[in-house]
Amino acid sequence: MAGAGAIVIAAVAFMAVVDTIERDEPPSANASRSTEEQIALGRYLALAGNCAGCHTARGGAPYAGGRAVETPFGNVYASNLTSDPATGLGAWTAADFWRALHHGKSRDGKRLYPAFPYPNYTRVTRDDADALFAYLRTLAPVNQRNREHDLRFPYNQRWLLAGWRALYFKPGVYQAASGQDAEWNRGAYLVQGLGHCNACHTGRDVLGGSNLKADLAGGMIPMLNWYAPSLTSDVEAGLGNWEVAHIVELLKVGVGARGSVYGPMAEVVYNSLQHLNDADVRAMAVYLKALPQTHAATDAGGPGVAPRELQSVMALGSELYERHCADCHGADGEGRPPEYPPLAGNRSLTMRPAVNSIRMVLNGGFPPGTAGNPRPYGMPPFRPTLNDDEVAAVVSYIRNSWGNRAGLVSPLEVDRFRSAPVD
Amino acid sequence: MKSAVQRAHPRRHAFRWKLAAIVLWGAAASAAAIAATSVPDTMNERVRACTACHGKEGRATSDGYYPRIAGKPAGYLYNQLANFRDGRRRNPMMTYLVSNLPDAYLREIAEHFANLHPPYPPPVGSSVAPSTLERGRALATRGDPALNIPACTACHGDALTGVAPAVPAIVGLPRDYVNSQFGAWRIGARQALAPDCMAEITRRMSADDVSAVAAYLAAQVVPQNAMPATALARKPPLDCGSMGGHRP
Repeated sequence: MAGAGAIVIAAVAFMAVVDTIERDEPPSANASRSTEEQIALGRYLALAGNCAGCHTARGGAPYAGGRAVETPFGNVYASNLTSDPATGLGAWTAADFWRALHHGKSRDGKRLYPAFPYPNYTRVTRDDADALFAYLRTLAPVNQRNREHDLRFPYNQRWLLAGWRALYFKPGVYQAASGQDAEWNRGAYLVQGLGHCNACHTGRDVLGGSNLKADLAGGMIPMLNWYAPSLTSDVEAGLGNWEVAHIVELLKVGVGARGSVYGPMAEVVYNSLQHLNDADVRAMAVYLKALPQTHAATDAGGPGVAPRELQSVMALGSELYERHCADCHGADGEGRPPEYPPLAGNRSLTMRPAVNSIRMVLNGGFPPGTAGNPRPYGMPPFRPTLNDDEVAAVVSYIRNSWGNRAGLVSPLEVDRFRSAPVD
Repeated sequence: MKSAVQRAHPRRHAFRWKLAAIVLWGAAASAAAIAATSVPDTMNERVRACTACHGKEGRATSDGYYPRIAGKPAGYLYNQLANFRDGRRRNPMMTYLVSNLPDAYLREIAEHFANLHPPYPPPVGSSVAPSTLERGRALATRGDPALNIPACTACHGDALTGVAPAVPAIVGLPRDYVNSQFGAWRIGARQALAPDCMAEITRRMSADDVSAVAAYLAAQVVPQNAMPATALARKPPLDCGSMGGHRP
């Protein structure tokens, strides 16, 4: 046992030494761009990366940090990115910033916790990194000391990150795929890099590493209790069969002919995607549509129930649907898009994890109020009106009507998500 | 030959008319279908997520934890929406609902409910001791100078129906709601822009005084034409950030 421990320690120590090697990257050669242009580009890229999303506390100064990123290992607090020399990036150089973004290491060489998604940001070019840094330099200084992370042992031992990095992190700028056109490559660059889509849409293992063998194949988002659907499965959110225009609409406007964004994706559209130019959103759509698609089985099984029980659940569900839902979503689940999404054929409802449909019925919500849809229609929360049995029945009903086919939902599952934090 | 063509004409005409009729009927039918399924372009329809808990037109429901929002001054309602969004006021459900909505829309939602004046329900009967109600009345209308507690009427208007643009009506609010708001001020779960006058007043009040005021407010019959006053009658006793951060 002690021997095994010694081997593990030796291995991590070895990895720690290897991890100090940083391949040098040439600094930016953007002489053709004026300072103003560089700052404007950086501002745009900061929106593409939704940097402010984590680096701004609720109600706090933008980019001054302090928001807790909750992880299964404890809270990681986002840092101050403003130009304050004492507590922000005021004393940093472009090379320091590059090191953080590309190598996942702080100015003093400390390994950064990957709640900061540097496995994605390492794909960003030096040119774009320098533009980002130039923009961050323009943020008015806010004197706000970074909060210490609140991680449990052993995760609070930073040196162990050497092992994590050996397993899950390989620095490297995005390399264009030669067999693909410029638009596809631009989309891949944004999705894999600043967009850090797989931070949510790829499942994570027990050490919090992304399962890269199933990239973008969906997963529960740790701590948030929402399921980020697979973008590579045509029974979840795979986009192979969607028209590019519909994907663009969903990403930029937030509502469309085939559905609306909700939950954490509503925040992504509101804070980030709506601000991107049409060409970039289209490039992301083209890339996402072209992802190899699998056809995993839908959740047709579900908990085994006797036919009589099934009948009574569907009868109750149908009655509740007519009373509470049909007004907006239509008697046949056809919806009234784009305001009210269709439920018939809506894959968001029939995915194996039913958590998203359960939470939508419990909490309702507004799609993001974007430039393209500044006055969205909201869905009422049914948490105060319907009990667990009723929510289970109505979700089971919409999962199994108008051609939809998915497992039944139990009141126990509803109860579990009734207490899940919503904000 | 010629006559055959002439004979054919009337039939062609009839066919054209039939075709036109079919096309027109089809267009009318699809227009009707669109009219039937298109979503009304109204605020009422947009804010169904609000009225689910706050009642039809924001008039509140029998559940005592969801306050009436109808007819409260728009400035007050907007401040609350912004407070939920920015974390000054804590209610996870409200924060969830308003987080991804732009400022202009929050103002529009506030205006919408400020302009609605549905009737007030009659007060629910209470079993509170007359002495408690009397203490509540004294606090609401005169305050308690010995404890440095101002009268509610000093800011919320002589009729307690609020003062435009930022002070809410409090007369007729459910006891549960008023009690829980004082609790939230006490623990910091409800804050306003600094200086936070209600948090300061809460610090000066005992639990008994809070429940006396809550009982008194809930027991009042609200006049059906109740409207917020247009301006404060007197200088308010405390600075309030929600009123603009200074004494008006």
